[in-house]
Amino acid sequence: MMNWIALQTILRKEMVRILRIWPQTLLPPAITMSLYFVIFGHVIGSKIGLIDGYHYSQFIAPGLVMMSVILNAYGNVSSSFFSAKFTHSIQELMVAPVSEWTILIGYTLGGVIRGLLVGIVVLIVASLFTHIPIQHFFSMLAILLISAWLFSLAGFLNALFANSFDDISIIPNFILTPLTYLGGVFYSIQVLPSPWNIIAHFNPILYLMNGFRYGMLGISDVSPAIGLFIAVIVSASLAILCYILLKRGWGLRQ
Amino acid sequence: MRHALTAQNLVKIYGSGKMALDHVNLAIAEGDFFALLGPNGAGKSTFIGIVSSLVTKTEGTVHVFGHSIDDEILKAKQLIGIVPQEFNFNIFNRTFDVVVTQAGYYGVPFKQAKASAEDCLQQLGLWEKRFEAVRFLSGGMKRRLMIARALVHQPKLLILDEPTAGVDIELRRSLWVYLEKLNQQGLTILLTTHYLEEVEILCRNVAIIDQGRILVEKPVHSLLADLNGETFILDIDGILTETPTLESFSCRLISPNSIEMDLREGQTVNELFQVLDAAGIRVLSLRNKFNRLEELFIRLTGHSTERNMQKNEEGAE
Repeated sequence: MMNWIALQTILRKEMVRILRIWPQTLLPPAITMSLYFVIFGHVIGSKIGLIDGYHYSQFIAPGLVMMSVILNAYGNVSSSFFSAKFTHSIQELMVAPVSEWTILIGYTLGGVIRGLLVGIVVLIVASLFTHIPIQHFFSMLAILLISAWLFSLAGFLNALFANSFDDISIIPNFILTPLTYLGGVFYSIQVLPSPWNIIAHFNPILYLMNGFRYGMLGISDVSPAIGLFIAVIVSASLAILCYILLKRGWGLRQ
Repeated sequence: MRHALTAQNLVKIYGSGKMALDHVNLAIAEGDFFALLGPNGAGKSTFIGIVSSLVTKTEGTVHVFGHSIDDEILKAKQLIGIVPQEFNFNIFNRTFDVVVTQAGYYGVPFKQAKASAEDCLQQLGLWEKRFEAVRFLSGGMKRRLMIARALVHQPKLLILDEPTAGVDIELRRSLWVYLEKLNQQGLTILLTTHYLEEVEILCRNVAIIDQGRILVEKPVHSLLADLNGETFILDIDGILTETPTLESFSCRLISPNSIEMDLREGQTVNELFQVLDAAGIRVLSLRNKFNRLEELFIRLTGHSTERNMQKNEEGAE
């Protein structure tokens, strides 16, 4: 059962948090992405030439947006929910008549909102450096939303299991960031030598990255439909897993 | 009589194997001011934790105004306001936001939540601090904020877990006055404490819990009537090597030059001195051993609260 007012309250709380700590949430991606566009887009990109008919700075733009969305959606939920666990302020929600679905959807939508806000910031930064065409708007939006929700759910799962702040930084630092970089942000996997171009297909982020690139530029190394399908299946599975753990009070109740 | 809270055969066994609640049965009437009294580690917070969904029970049933926490948990939660023992705020949030957010979790619309939060903060003397981040509030203010937060959705049962632990006398007394007022307005209150004085002043009914078991549940006046004796500590002239045997009075040697004596109902201090005179014991000074809770515990359990605390510490190690 959904408690709509509680859902709005969680979302409002998350929004206030994101905007209150904007130097931690919105500013760093803007600076980092500006550097990426200056260094990779202009300095190095001018030597690379066109990829599938696009300048290098245009080619990397979708990947940089998606990378920011993924990392920020994940980071928002893992840090917000774990902080609530750490300070025991999560008890404010646990004693209230708020269903597990409401808590899960509230926190993960908070991650989606942060992901989208950062995505918009990066898009604005990108548009300052290069022309950003949008070929398939609804495909782009769909893959962006589902990716943000997927990684919000993953961040929630991480926070449920985490016992220390180290535990919520291990996965983003040692798994998520490498997979994102290897997911084709800066290159097409067609340029990889064998067997790496085959191995790259086992990286789920590759499908999301290329799905988004298809939406923006109309080009992709893999089928965008497969990316969307994988994202929906994984998101649904993660949502069910998080719900079951939350219902059992995993990491929350004694 | 309608019950605000009932627990039947409530059992909690923690992962470590420790049985924190051992088939607890408790019934609190609507409108009551009820105390759950016991030493540290007796099971008070576990009981409250189960009622408020922070602890998962092992066995038994709990009903809040007839709503089972197994089948109608959301309805049960809606009727409860919880004041935990430890501060559990996000310390970066503003005082006003803490209370408004909590109202939102209970389904109070935003506009109404703001009005209700203002009312609660005004009543608890925190309105001036509404824009202050929680981390800048004093300990007493944080304690009051927890009460405001628990009341913002207008619960029918207020549960306070040792609300006056570590609180100075002035604040403790002002909280007592406020809680009494709430109870007079019809709010059912369950209070855990290890201060017998608090129970005497505030509560109508009391249950004493020790090692997870309810030892006694009765009206406070009836319990206090059982405590009709007093214990005195006497400093004596000279040295005693063993406990003197005194007619009609129980006596314990606590050091070579001091003894502890019990004065039961009907016995007088004059009689006590006559017996001491007859035994050749000269008394230099006398003072009342003012620890009625301790005495109560010794009578009910056969051991002291200190021993209980020691056991808990050993368990924790």
